[in-house]
Amino acid sequence: MKAATPMLHARAAAPRSLGLSREDVIARVVLLAVVLFLVLFLLAPMASILMRAVQDNDGHFIGFTHFADYLSSPALLGAVWNSVWVAATVVLISVPLAFTFAYALTRSCAPLKGTFRLIALIPLLAPSLLSAIAFIQWFGNQGVLKPLLQVIGLETIYGAPGIILSEVYNTFPHALMILLTALSLADGRLFEAADSLGTTRWRKFFTITLPSCKYGLISAATVVFTYVISDFGAPKVIGGNFNVLSVDVFKQVVGQQNFGRGAVVGLLLLIPSIASFLIDSRVRRKLRAQLSARSVPHVPKPSRGFDVLMTAYCVLICGLLLAVVGMAVWTSFITLWPYNLALTLRHYEFALIDGDLASAYGNSLKMGFCVALFGSIAVFVGAYLTEKSRGLDLVRPLVHLLAMLSMAVPGLVLGLGYIMFFNHPNNPLNFLYSSMSILVLSVIVHYYTSSHLTAVTALKQIDNEFEAVSASLKVPFYKTFFRVTLPVCLPAVLDIARYYFVVSMATLSGVVFLYSPDTVLASVAIMNLDGAGEIGPAAALASLIVLTSVLVCLLYSLATRVLLGKTQAWRNLAGH
Amino acid sequence: MDMRLPAELAAPLPQSDAQIALAIEGVHKRFDQFQVLKHIDLQVRQGEMLCLLGPSGCGKTTLLRIIAGLETQTGGRIVQNGRDISWLPPVKRDYGIVFQSYALFPNLTIADNVAYGLVNRKKPRAEVQARVEELLKLVGLPTSGAKYPSQLSGGQQQRVALARALATAPRLLLLDEPLSALDALERIRLRGEIRRLQQQLGVTTIMVTHDQEEALSMADRIVVMNQGVIEQVGSPHEIYERPATPFVADFVGKVNVLPAIALGRGRFRAGRLELQCGDGGDHAPGQAVRLYLRPEDRATEVAPEGAANRIWGEVRKVEFLGASCLAEMCIEELDGQPLQISFSLNQLHDLGVRVGARIPLVLRSERIRVFPVTSQEVAR
Repeated sequence: MKAATPMLHARAAAPRSLGLSREDVIARVVLLAVVLFLVLFLLAPMASILMRAVQDNDGHFIGFTHFADYLSSPALLGAVWNSVWVAATVVLISVPLAFTFAYALTRSCAPLKGTFRLIALIPLLAPSLLSAIAFIQWFGNQGVLKPLLQVIGLETIYGAPGIILSEVYNTFPHALMILLTALSLADGRLFEAADSLGTTRWRKFFTITLPSCKYGLISAATVVFTYVISDFGAPKVIGGNFNVLSVDVFKQVVGQQNFGRGAVVGLLLLIPSIASFLIDSRVRRKLRAQLSARSVPHVPKPSRGFDVLMTAYCVLICGLLLAVVGMAVWTSFITLWPYNLALTLRHYEFALIDGDLASAYGNSLKMGFCVALFGSIAVFVGAYLTEKSRGLDLVRPLVHLLAMLSMAVPGLVLGLGYIMFFNHPNNPLNFLYSSMSILVLSVIVHYYTSSHLTAVTALKQIDNEFEAVSASLKVPFYKTFFRVTLPVCLPAVLDIARYYFVVSMATLSGVVFLYSPDTVLASVAIMNLDGAGEIGPAAALASLIVLTSVLVCLLYSLATRVLLGKTQAWRNLAGH
Repeated sequence: MDMRLPAELAAPLPQSDAQIALAIEGVHKRFDQFQVLKHIDLQVRQGEMLCLLGPSGCGKTTLLRIIAGLETQTGGRIVQNGRDISWLPPVKRDYGIVFQSYALFPNLTIADNVAYGLVNRKKPRAEVQARVEELLKLVGLPTSGAKYPSQLSGGQQQRVALARALATAPRLLLLDEPLSALDALERIRLRGEIRRLQQQLGVTTIMVTHDQEEALSMADRIVVMNQGVIEQVGSPHEIYERPATPFVADFVGKVNVLPAIALGRGRFRAGRLELQCGDGGDHAPGQAVRLYLRPEDRATEVAPEGAANRIWGEVRKVEFLGASCLAEMCIEELDGQPLQISFSLNQLHDLGVRVGARIPLVLRSERIRVFPVTSQEVAR
């Protein structure tokens, strides 16, 4: 105590902070570790792409030569235009379809809403390749409905039409979730006021509903646009010779080993992503402002004609969605389309036991578990320390910024950055390259944003003074973390783990650059099997991924019910 | 392990210092360009209940959080029982704290909540259990140990939070708006209980509140704060009866404000009235002042003709407040400025106070507070 006193006077002029306790030091070290993790596995790879875009293969600075090359090649420029118009078309189809569906679920008295909603979310569980395979089976050269194509004047499904169909299927649930949120935010009092003034349904729609979900529509459109621009699976399988940016990166890097040009395309892919990220984060802020306003939820009133119409629409859409996944499942069980329709398990045997890629499914499971385990730990600890620790006031917003940034980086670009950063001979982390660890790390980083937001939301809901109370009781923060914060947030942590598992089963774009022969993943195997013409085993693996994710989701809801019922008895007692 | 020992052994403290539990010396705090606290000097006596009272944004909560180490002062010193704690992290300070939001751990039982700080000190289990029972009895919840926080009412939860804060026998108790989240009835009940507990245990307590009634009824001393400075420190009686500044007079209790001119020798002219004020001896004749008069500071029963400060007023409006009424009186000589005068319900009937009635009033000269008009106000 005595020694500290003279220091007080010496430092009186400069702004001081409180002394550090042992716990403070621990908190800071862990927080810095999280920052370091995000810097190494998100920021550094991005920086590598930037550098690589202005270097030749030997690492000499060559300025904008790659850019000039790229821009002077009409074929490559064509890919840019193709990507843009296809993505725009998907937005124009997917968003209205999803909006009508969301409208039916929130504003009509249609029956079976829960079931409709579950069916509509199925595409989230499948790799984007699945829909492409299914559409080939429906409309491809041997397709069941090929004649239908000719009726509408198309020669083939391969190319833009196939990509658009697949991507509408893939993006539908993404748009739906955003629009459901936007529509359910509507203030019931506005509708009551409109009713009391004798307003018609159409007028209410255009004066209340549409303006109130304006931001939701913008957000859905940008999310869909970015998804399509950066998706790699569907165009690879069903795109034929139709060149798009995402496939182009793959060709440049994997096919031609032209890293410099690959980096340029990667940067081009980053532009729409970052633009939509900026639009989306602005819009979300406004959405949140709407959310915090006090509003009364809108409860729809029965209206026979409208309800029947909406139910019919939901049945139609669900039917179409099930037809896609159903076709993939059916393909996995029949011997050889269209010549031999006998049922068989041969494709599963080939995909899991006999084929060269038999280890893929096991690898995917392993990666899924690792990502779920380590990802949820990293995300939750990071979010906890940013929200609840004190000190390091400049570092904590950085975690949040980096966490949000991960959303702006397409998987393909992230994967590209990983090659350039970790494959560099001088990088001490080079040993990670072509290991399972790098796959796990890349997936954790790629899907960091929404996991982080889930954790932050859960943490914001608990009392802000727990840390202050435990400090006053001389209990170190980490004891309170394990005894109180973690148990209270367990539902959110489980939710993050489930999300991580499901996305790592289906992801392709990030890992396609990073797998080695020992770490082939199921989604990569589907791509390769499809490329080799083995569509049956490809469909079998895709179906297995969906089945696994469905099982995990069931397990999750079971766990939240049983396990939480035990450890969270306090939760059910509220209100007694 | 006891952190206090060295400081106490270092030198026997003089008697007067020993009575000071906490000394705040020149503490100030700036957020960017905004001065939240401006050079706060304050001494908290051993065993007293001190209330920090003020409107929102006056800095009272910031001061409490600085004492707790939850926020950092820009400069200044805080000394607790002779130990400089200015720059110690919260875990190394000695206090218990209760928040407006209770901050009870929702997944732990009431008993576990109360035991939270004890378990960490590696006390034997039987001892912890006995202490928990003792504390729960102390706060009037002897049978609630097995329940969860969500099963208790707000007032009961706040009692548990109090028990948890007191469990480790801290030498300082900090209460951050502890009653603000409760409904009116529970607030009044808990107010009495906290005060009883505090006196029974003799624990030095600092409470932040924006509710003047709470401060007046609970505190040994009140610190009235406004815009980052202390306006007045005093007992509840002093604060109410002899407010040191216009702000305090205005903030604590109701008050009538009359612009007036000093005439010398304690006499003032307000409108066409000439009033005698016991307080205002040293105002030079001609100086612009304001007279502060509380609604209850009038004598009506004894309003003999010729008494000082005797005026006639006409009742314009009567606001019924339950046990008392607030009448708006129009005084002809005050050129239309109304006076708020309070009457008990009985006086209302006895004196015939009703809209339109003319009533004689005697304003109590010894109660009228006189404050000079500042130059800023003159300019306006």
